[in-house]
Formats: sequence, C-alpha cells, structure tokens
Amino acid sequence: MSATAEELKVRASAQSLLKGSSAPVKRSWGQYVRWILLFAGGVLMVMPLAYMMSTSFKYSFEVYNLNLIPEEPTLENYEYVLRDGRFMQWFVNSLIVATLTTISSVLFDSLVGYTLCKFRFRGRYIVFIAILSTLMIPTEMLVIPWYLMAQQFGWLDTTWGIMFPGLMTAFGVFLMKQFFETVPDDFIEAARIDGLNELQIWWIVAMPLVKPALAALAIFVFLGNWTAFIWPLIVTNSQEMYTLPVGLTTFSVEQAVEWELVMTGAAISVLPTLVVFLIFQRFIIRGVVMAGLKG
Amino acid sequence: MSFYEKLSVRQKQTVWAWGFLAIPIIFYVVVRFYPTVNAIILSFQEWNLLGARTWAGFDNYITLYHDPVFWQVFRNTFVYLLIGTPLSLVLAFIIAYHLDRVRFLHGTIRALYFLPFMTSAVAMAWVWRWFYQPVPIGLFNNMLATFGISQIAFLNSTTNALPAVLAPAIWAGLGFQIIIFMAGLRAIPKTYYEAAHIDGVSGWTIMSEITLPLLKPTIVFLVVFSSIGFLRIFDHVFNMTTNNPGGPLNSTKPLVLMIYDTAFNSFDMGYAAAQTVVLFVILLIVSLLQLRLLQDR
Repeated sequence: MSATAEELKVRASAQSLLKGSSAPVKRSWGQYVRWILLFAGGVLMVMPLAYMMSTSFKYSFEVYNLNLIPEEPTLENYEYVLRDGRFMQWFVNSLIVATLTTISSVLFDSLVGYTLCKFRFRGRYIVFIAILSTLMIPTEMLVIPWYLMAQQFGWLDTTWGIMFPGLMTAFGVFLMKQFFETVPDDFIEAARIDGLNELQIWWIVAMPLVKPALAALAIFVFLGNWTAFIWPLIVTNSQEMYTLPVGLTTFSVEQAVEWELVMTGAAISVLPTLVVFLIFQRFIIRGVVMAGLKG
Repeated sequence: MSFYEKLSVRQKQTVWAWGFLAIPIIFYVVVRFYPTVNAIILSFQEWNLLGARTWAGFDNYITLYHDPVFWQVFRNTFVYLLIGTPLSLVLAFIIAYHLDRVRFLHGTIRALYFLPFMTSAVAMAWVWRWFYQPVPIGLFNNMLATFGISQIAFLNSTTNALPAVLAPAIWAGLGFQIIIFMAGLRAIPKTYYEAAHIDGVSGWTIMSEITLPLLKPTIVFLVVFSSIGFLRIFDHVFNMTTNNPGGPLNSTKPLVLMIYDTAFNSFDMGYAAAQTVVLFVILLIVSLLQLRLLQDR
C-alpha cells in the first residue's frame, strides 16, 4: 500500500508552498505594482485584528478615536476583565474542553485509522464507510437529540456535556488512515516478530512515524473546539459553565455595550491561537493543505 | 488466555482489531447514528420537551411549508450561499494567483491573509459589529463622517444588514481558500507553462486552457466546502444581531438560527427537528449537484 499519485502531488505542493514561488517571475514595474497591491490587501485583512488589539489598550473615552496607537495606553481593561473572575472561568473552561477533546480525538482517531489501515478482517470496509458517512450529517441535525441525551443523563451544564460530542471526529479517522498508508507493513511485521503486541506496535512503532499528521490533526481539533459555539451555547446555562465564545455573547445583555471591554475579551479569546499560529506557521499551513486537499 | 493462544495469526488479528474498534464503534452508534435517526423520528412528532412525544405525521413539514418566516429564512440562506461562495472564491483565486508570483516577503503577506482564518467567529463578529455602529462609536461611520459622507445604517436596515453580516464571514474564510488555491496552483507541472511559452500562447489562453482546467479538483473542493459553510452560517449572524437575533425583521436570519430559535426558545422540538431534516436535505442536494456539475465537464 503506497501513496497514490494524487497524494504525492498534494504532498509535493504542500512542501513547495513553504518555499518560494515556482512560477517564473520577471522583474518589471508590473511586479512592483502587484507587490504593493497585495501588501495593501494583506494589511486591510488584518485591520480588524489590529483595531481589536489597539482598542483593548484604550480608555473608554478614546474608543471613538480612529488612531491605531492609543494616546494613553492602559492595561485597565485587562485588569478589569481578569479581576471579574467570570472571564478567567470561561477561559479555563474553554482550555479544559479543547485540551481533553484534542487528546481523546487524536488518540482514538489514530487508533481507528491505524486499525482500518493495517488489519485485514471482515467488515473493516463497512466500518470505514459507516464512520465516513457521518461526515455528511450536519451538527445542527444532531444538537436536538444530543440535548435530549444530555438532559436524560444529567449532563446539561457540565464540562462533560460540552465535550462528549467532540470526543472523536470522522475526519480525523480518514486523515489518519491516509497517513498510516505511508508506514511500511514491513516495520509492523518486524515488530510483531520481535514479540511486541498489537497495542505496543501501534504506540511504539507506528505513531512516531506519523507525528506531523498527529500534530496537524491536534491543531485542527483544538482550534475547532476552542472556537465552537452552537453546542456549548445550547448545553450550558449557568455563567460558570460557559466557554469563551458563549461568554463573549453575554456582553450584549445591556443596550450600552462597553466596547473597550468587549475588544479586550475578544483579544484574550483570539490571542492564544494567534500566538500558536505565529510560532507554528509553516506547520499549520502545511496541515491546512494536506487536510484540505484530502477532505 | 488459552483460548486466545489457540487462535490462528489471522484470528488473533481480528480479535485485536475489534478490540481497538469497540469504544469508537459505541461512540459512533450512540453519538452519531442514534441521534440522526432520533432527529428524523422527532420531525414526525409533536413535542414541547415536557409532555409526551406524540405522532404528528407530516404536520411539521406542512406547517413549515405554510410558514412565511421559513420562506424568508430559506431566501436569506440562499442569498448567503449565492453571494458568499462565488465572491469569496473569485477573490481568493485572484489573490492566490498573484501571491504565487510574489517572492519578496512572500511568507509575511501570506500570513496577513491567513490570520483571520485562525480567529473565532464570535470574537470577530463583535469587532465587526463595533465597526458598523453609528457615530460616534462605529469606525466605518466615523470614517465616512471625516469625508463628509452621510451615515449608513449597516445593521439596523433590512436591506443592508445581510450584506453587513456576510462580509465578515467572507473575510474570515478567505485565508483558507487562498492557501488551498495556492497549493492547487503549485501542483500544476511547470513544464506545461514552459511549453505554452515556447508555442507563444497568450496569457489569457494559458489561464483558460491550462490553469483553470487543471485546477478543477481544487475548485470543486472549495465550492463544495464553502457552500456548506455558507448554508450553515450561524455564529456571525447570532453575534452581530444579539439584541434581536436574525433581525431586523428576520432579514438576516439563516436556517440554522431558525432551528435554534424553534428548539431552544419556543421548545417546539418536533418542528425544529423537521427544519434540521430540511437543512440536511439541502446540504446533500447542493453538494451532490455541485460534484456532478463540476466533475462531468
């Protein structure tokens, strides 16, 4: 079982994305104009983020100022939001939910992907198709039955209630199965002869060989759960159980919105992902391409 | 253990395989398949979450057919789809095409376009909502004011609100589409272009005869992927119109928001389930149609 031509092409293009352009580039005036327009467009793209950050450091009387650099920068908003306590609670809730679902998804998705790829047994094709078919079902169709389940089992308004639908993802199974195809069967056979049991082979031999795919999957699952909105909104009803996105929504309760505080909240909820992105940029873009073109 | 020892190598493998799959299979049956069936059954029932579930036949679907709000919502949902998908794809393609030809600070510019994709829809909906406020709060209206242009009611107007909600949704997804387009462009063998240059083929012909046809798998993927995204739009709408979700006068309400309202504000579970089934069918038809249309040509 080797990689198909299509997969090799995808992988090659993912690699080349990280290097310079492949297209021949002539030095000309047109080239400068192109660069300036693209750069201006890029700056425009991050403007909302820049204004969010800038406003989080402004006093309320300066919110209406169009300047990006605050005249009197202050940390007052951050102090206020952090001292409020609720916000820290939401942050922690989001962190717990996103971390635990990521660990669970990565472990189970890779275990299932590995099993469906490396074991020969009757019914494996049916299991694979059945799991893949769940990708066609929109979450919105499931939230009502999930709510009823959560209600029945007393999971409403609990961390477990927020987490249970996200413990595994069909997309992850698909992705991992594709990547385990690249692990030679000989390695597994050799490990078997050395006397390792199947669980050890998966964990010690196969898993380290697909680390890049595991990391890409982990980033996607974490990001997905960190920003998830509709299900946490439905399953939680007390403020202490909210996740960050749900908590942010409550800023609108009063007619008069305190924009500098909202922007501080938004900044805190976005900052971790931005930091992760700036550190692991190459890696994430490669993951997007591989995941995107295979999905 | 002795039972296990007696098994053949192949049988042992089968035991291991099903052992590994046991928990995941339970998960998929309980958390994916059973709820799907339950949603479909519920769509033929009447239930307010407290009393008993009673059979209602096709009542929910008939009510839906005669509900003027549903048709408004249906229209909105397709406006999101029919403006959002083509607009975002054309923009993404133009940017990707040119970005592919830029060497200087290539990575930095790419990061600028990609950053919004990493942010949460809820946080960004709030930033945009702030931009759209009237003077003296909102950024856009403040800018207009400095140029002496009259104010625009972005979110409070039945005609402006939907485009105003759609814009940040397009903005947020652009980075992903650009990256995928660039990967698609890089996958086209350079030799094709070299051959075209030797033959003296013009730029536009290269685009229509080489680049676009070879990019078809990428285009198909992105059309289906972003269509599904726009048909399921919720986070942006909900957070930009929280005082009156889907307003003003339902002019921005998409199907998912109607489902949420019906189920968790009106507690009309059967009716909401029928709406989810409709959403499911629309998603299915749209993606099958697009796959067929784009792949045959």
